[in-house]
Amino acid sequence: MKYVDEFRDPELISGVLRELGRTVDPARRYRIMEVCGGHTHSIYRHGLRDVLPANIELVHGPGCPVCVLPTGRVDDGLTIADHDDVILTCFGDMMRVPGTRGTPLELKARGADIRMVYSPLDALRIAIEHPAKRVCFFAIGFETTAPSTALTILRAQAEGVTNFSVFSNHVTIVPAMRAILDSPDMRIDGFVGPGHVSSITGCRPYEFIARDYGKPVVVAGFEPLDIIEAILMILRQLHAGEARVENQYKRIVPWDGNLPALRALARVFELRPYFEWRGLGFISQSALALKSEFAGFDAERLFDVAGLRVTDPRGAQCGEVLKGVLKPPQCKLFGTECNPEHPVGALMVSSEGACAAHYRYSLHAQEVPAAP
Amino acid sequence: MTSVQPSRKTPRFADMQIEMAHGAGGTASRRLLEGLIGPYFANPALQAFGDAATLAVGSERIATTADGFVVRPLRFPGGSIGELAVNGTLNDLAVSAAKPIALMATLILEAGLPTSVLESEIEAMAIAARKAGVPIVGGDTKVVEHGQADGMYVSTFGIGVLDGRATLDAAAIRPGDQVLLSGPIGAHGITILLARGDLELEADLVSDTRPVWPFVEALLDRAAGGLRWMRDPTRGGVATALNELVRAGACGVAIFEDRVPMHPAVRGACELLGLDPLHIANEGQFLAVVAPGDADAALAAVRGIPGGEGATLIGEVRAEPRRRVIGVNGYGGTRVIDMLVGDPLPRIC
Repeated sequence: MKYVDEFRDPELISGVLRELGRTVDPARRYRIMEVCGGHTHSIYRHGLRDVLPANIELVHGPGCPVCVLPTGRVDDGLTIADHDDVILTCFGDMMRVPGTRGTPLELKARGADIRMVYSPLDALRIAIEHPAKRVCFFAIGFETTAPSTALTILRAQAEGVTNFSVFSNHVTIVPAMRAILDSPDMRIDGFVGPGHVSSITGCRPYEFIARDYGKPVVVAGFEPLDIIEAILMILRQLHAGEARVENQYKRIVPWDGNLPALRALARVFELRPYFEWRGLGFISQSALALKSEFAGFDAERLFDVAGLRVTDPRGAQCGEVLKGVLKPPQCKLFGTECNPEHPVGALMVSSEGACAAHYRYSLHAQEVPAAP
Repeated sequence: MTSVQPSRKTPRFADMQIEMAHGAGGTASRRLLEGLIGPYFANPALQAFGDAATLAVGSERIATTADGFVVRPLRFPGGSIGELAVNGTLNDLAVSAAKPIALMATLILEAGLPTSVLESEIEAMAIAARKAGVPIVGGDTKVVEHGQADGMYVSTFGIGVLDGRATLDAAAIRPGDQVLLSGPIGAHGITILLARGDLELEADLVSDTRPVWPFVEALLDRAAGGLRWMRDPTRGGVATALNELVRAGACGVAIFEDRVPMHPAVRGACELLGLDPLHIANEGQFLAVVAPGDADAALAAVRGIPGGEGATLIGEVRAEPRRRVIGVNGYGGTRVIDMLVGDPLPRIC
């Protein structure tokens, strides 16, 4: 498979690992944050922690869309599904995220019309096929998915669809990275920068991290070779006393981003003054709302969305894990009360969540009972 | 009515309602089986929770199995619900090392189902049964109101005679034993997923549905003494089947991920959708654990049967990590391969 096989080639990977072994300073400890949940998943999925030098510590970042969504927003979205004439649609990841009354999947089993879609365009298609229903898309995600939501709204407008709306929970990654950099309990030497997000935003938005905080950022792809190479590039910068933004993922990420996608975002969305993130609290200018021009598609205006704030369940330390302060197994609920089948926090739900990845792929994460 | 006290050895089933995941063949199905159904029905034949239950009748040892089919859509590239019902049931017997001798089938039909659809499924069942040389000797037919079922469901019962040459027992696997896989994985699950048309993806892929008895028979002829365990990795895929294997004993299994055969379209679809091909359902494959000395003979036996050319030794039994399945990649990285959690692809068979 092109663009996959060559980036998983054992010989190529072993070669870069040897180079990393020669480069690493054994007297030093490195803390490198992979911002994106896709990277976290790949690191576990491909067993990269087994093959990296022991003094390189990978810290999992906040780049997992369902993980950063606070429970209150989940509850708000699910109240929309309470209306008899509503079909609520969402991505598969959202289906198992617990709200106060249960997950979307549980509500669906009790009779709510909640459907999984692979794209907001699928939700729009459902709206066109069900003119007597109101179809709402529960939108989540960073700059990666926001353009497709924007384009779907523009298409709905162009086609005159009036029974389609979006509950926007789109967030932007840069304010979250700044919040982590400003957090007093955070010591990070460099960042493996988001790959998919950067394919939209380009690399420029990270320049302040190098300039103001003196930390290297290397935007990277998701295959094992990409991630190992990005770590090598970060180490080289650190050893040279440099801090720059570099692009390892040139095959996908243009330095200046995807301009048509950025234009669609700017056309449909505006920055919210502030938005609540799980674990990170309220971050100003960190999320996207529909412009008033698109009020007719804005579920927050069309439905009576309460704007709930719900504290995380007792004992759950999702916030600390999201910031990289705690490792997943250091959370009090990890693997006991909170596991992928009965997730207490969203980090245990998404395949991109650090807790789910750790639970699923790490040897000592779970006790396996003997057969009865 | 007299109440029955369930025997309790495992934690009680605590889920408040039935979800799709309870039918997915993964961890939730297991919980339902072990936590609710098993304790009420407790008896020695059920205890193993295998593909088929073994019973002694006089001097014969017979295997019995029951299966239900709710696949959507009814027809898909490479097969249909009727054909799947016959092969699926036969395969549960085959991997128990039992030669199938008879089948029964119950049809649950929705009012309004076109006769032509029903007839083509009856025909598909007849053809599959005739090919396998196993008669369908009985069954039942029920009809529910329009809207109460999705066209048709099939429930089957199969009976076979145990082949005395092999003794299969998950607890008998030993470090060094080899894991044989009969051919490329994931074709059934991904074919169904694509056939539903929810994704605008197309691929040159057909379901792998087929009877596995010819391969099993070859294994029994050539390597019965070293054959320790078999399973058809249907719902939950290879990962779930191997996890069930290691739970029974004191060993673990390592899979060499580069060796696991699969169609490029399966790999591509899984990459795209974030699915693990090891969790995807198969309907014409089986896994066997074979003693190291018999592994080459076993592989040659399966490869010698038409359709078995893709058979591969994909892994080995190891002492550590106990009761876990791990994946080893080409540059030394390892990961845990877990049972299926949740239900990424409902109503696959």
